[in-house]
Amino acid sequence: MSKISGADIVLRCLQELGVDTLFGYPGGVVLPLYDRFPQYPDINHILVRHEQAAGHAADGYARASGKLGVALATSGPGATNLVTAITNAHMDSVPTLFITGNVTRSLLGKDGFQEADITGITMPTVKHNYLVMRPDDLAYAFKEAAYIATTGRPGAVHIDIPKDVFIEEAEFSWPETINVRGYNPPSTAEQDSIQQAAEIIDQSERPLIFAGHGIILSDAADDLRKFAEKSGTPVVNTLLGLGSIAPDHVLSYGMMGMHGSYWANHAASNADVIIGLGMRMDDRALGRFEDMNPTAKIIHVDIDPAEHQKNLETHVPIVGNVCDVLKQLTNTVQKATHPDWLSWIDDLRIGHRASMSVPEGPELTAQYAIARIADYIGTESVLCTGVGQHQMWSAQFGAISRPRQFITSGGLGTMGFEVPAAMGAQAACPDRSVWTICGDGGFQMTFQEIGTMVDAKLPVRMAIMNNCYLGMVRQWQELFYDQNLVDVDISQPDFLKIAEAYGIKGIRVDNQEDVDAAIEEAEATEGPVLIDFRVVRQDNVWPMVPAGAALSETIESAEESGMS
Amino acid sequence: MKVSRNGSRQTIAALVEDRPGVLTRVASLFRRRGYNIESLAVGTTDEQGVSRMTIVVEGTSEVGDQVAKQLDKLIDVINAAVLDSTESIERELALIKVMARPDQRREILDVVEIFRASVVDLSVSSLIIQITAANETIEALTDNLRPYGILEMVRTGAIALVRGEDTTQVVEFEDDELRRFHMESGRIPTGQLPHLSD
Repeated sequence: MSKISGADIVLRCLQELGVDTLFGYPGGVVLPLYDRFPQYPDINHILVRHEQAAGHAADGYARASGKLGVALATSGPGATNLVTAITNAHMDSVPTLFITGNVTRSLLGKDGFQEADITGITMPTVKHNYLVMRPDDLAYAFKEAAYIATTGRPGAVHIDIPKDVFIEEAEFSWPETINVRGYNPPSTAEQDSIQQAAEIIDQSERPLIFAGHGIILSDAADDLRKFAEKSGTPVVNTLLGLGSIAPDHVLSYGMMGMHGSYWANHAASNADVIIGLGMRMDDRALGRFEDMNPTAKIIHVDIDPAEHQKNLETHVPIVGNVCDVLKQLTNTVQKATHPDWLSWIDDLRIGHRASMSVPEGPELTAQYAIARIADYIGTESVLCTGVGQHQMWSAQFGAISRPRQFITSGGLGTMGFEVPAAMGAQAACPDRSVWTICGDGGFQMTFQEIGTMVDAKLPVRMAIMNNCYLGMVRQWQELFYDQNLVDVDISQPDFLKIAEAYGIKGIRVDNQEDVDAAIEEAEATEGPVLIDFRVVRQDNVWPMVPAGAALSETIESAEESGMS
Repeated sequence: MKVSRNGSRQTIAALVEDRPGVLTRVASLFRRRGYNIESLAVGTTDEQGVSRMTIVVEGTSEVGDQVAKQLDKLIDVINAAVLDSTESIERELALIKVMARPDQRREILDVVEIFRASVVDLSVSSLIIQITAANETIEALTDNLRPYGILEMVRTGAIALVRGEDTTQVVEFEDDELRRFHMESGRIPTGQLPHLSD
């Protein structure tokens, strides 16, 4: 067998893995790899403007497509710039592969130019990482890395490759099998635990499902619907679980948690049996753990056993892939209906609908703009967000109806995610309309990527909810820091001039009446397009469960919070 | 062993891949999750490429279970389990250097004998005592020696095995090629690196 360079081996590995798109930024030590890109025209390298964006784009690509997202950076600063994106992807269990170059092997550990101990840095924020010291090991490392990233609870995996490993030659053979004896991702659950759970569900009068990101990651939306329908169990979603069940389904009750609905949160507090599916009992979803619902029996299905009993005591922990476990549960539970329980929640929904509605009035609010966008673009589009008030309003009014429609940074809460993640989603879904709801703060963190969108012809529609404030921070200062507003009143550049500078269309909207026309124009324009929605400055996200409060303490308005 | 399953110490046995970084990964996990390590002992096993860690952590049995599950999540940890103290044998080695004037030696030797410890070094004014025992026995011995003046002591940290025929785990076989990849990845290859100009 003839020998090829390590760089060629890396690219052959990507071909074997079916990777057709990666996001990256060149630099000294990865030049041997970039040198070979022209020989692999089936691998589309998208050149970003900042490595963090390459990472978020790979993340958005993976969330939108379900495929492995790949990002590439050079050593030192290139690699450290990836760290936020790596942490973000891993926190939300997104299957991603991060490749970095490093200094030549003989310089490792000698503090050479642009050397960073990047495997040491990423170690606590990845599922696994590698420093590959021989070109013969590259194929093993890539096959194992992709396997680990995409199976079990998916996550971020990082491979670091010294420059001379790209140059040294070795034989390439794609390993037929891999054997990772410290890693055995579960599939179906043990029948004992299924039986135990089914008995509890069959005897329940007020069962409730918490459906999380796991449903989407394991393509289990159909299984969720079938299980909920057979057992007559209503469903509430975590933020990242939105899309696992359509909002118009009779058993669907929307989002729970810090900015979830009054009825979803009270259903959670009043259920007698809670079935957590592919969610990790996070503090933002559950409020104060000990008072979430102390009397309910809790069944917790997760592929990662370390999530069981971590935050909340669970009566029946079930380890397994949620799509398999749901089939097992559906086969085991008895058919049931719970009309009294559903009408109890329905009554709450009717009585408290106001706090989950677009505010009435003539002013241009972010809620109104987001609801109009969602209505116009429909469920076949992709809706991305940044982090903050606009994110919560997108969750509330985005009418998220299908898996992979909604792309948002949940666990890490990364401002600046909106623009690059949407770019990645657009690369993954060239035939879908991709919209990203941006905060005026977050947009300013990563808008340099408009340049990438222009070059790579990624027609993302960016809608800035511009209130000239770091809105969510201001909301917390108003509510919990005695209205002492500090460093939240930020000046804005003229966003239309930014659009103009990048040669894309920019539209400004100041009034409610102009919203529909702007959305229509943006959809009709060959993107990218930017819309600057100048929304009301003072507005807060309701309902809200204050940090450290219980879900039953959901506040629905400023008046109720004691703030006038 | 007197520590109950619900006591304030938990012993965890973990089989880990013998490869660069594995100790960092384990240590990093403890730091990140805020677990308090009382002792950590690492050594090879009879399986090439596999090491065994015995980790004693402070905390309830719930903490022990969390630690074991978090450890098991690490790819380089082959498996990890909390050992039931009544179902396992736990031992630790300690060397204790104690002040001993000639007129006190007899007394100290009586203590040594009661604890089935042994004297491994003797000088005019000091003794080094070696003991292999469970944690509590070592604590009791040191309590008894303290009045004479302990100059310094060193302990290995606990190691433990499950009683009877049961083993903590069965290790899957790894072929030579794969073992080499796993053991060497991250290590600078032995011998001269090829000279590669840019």
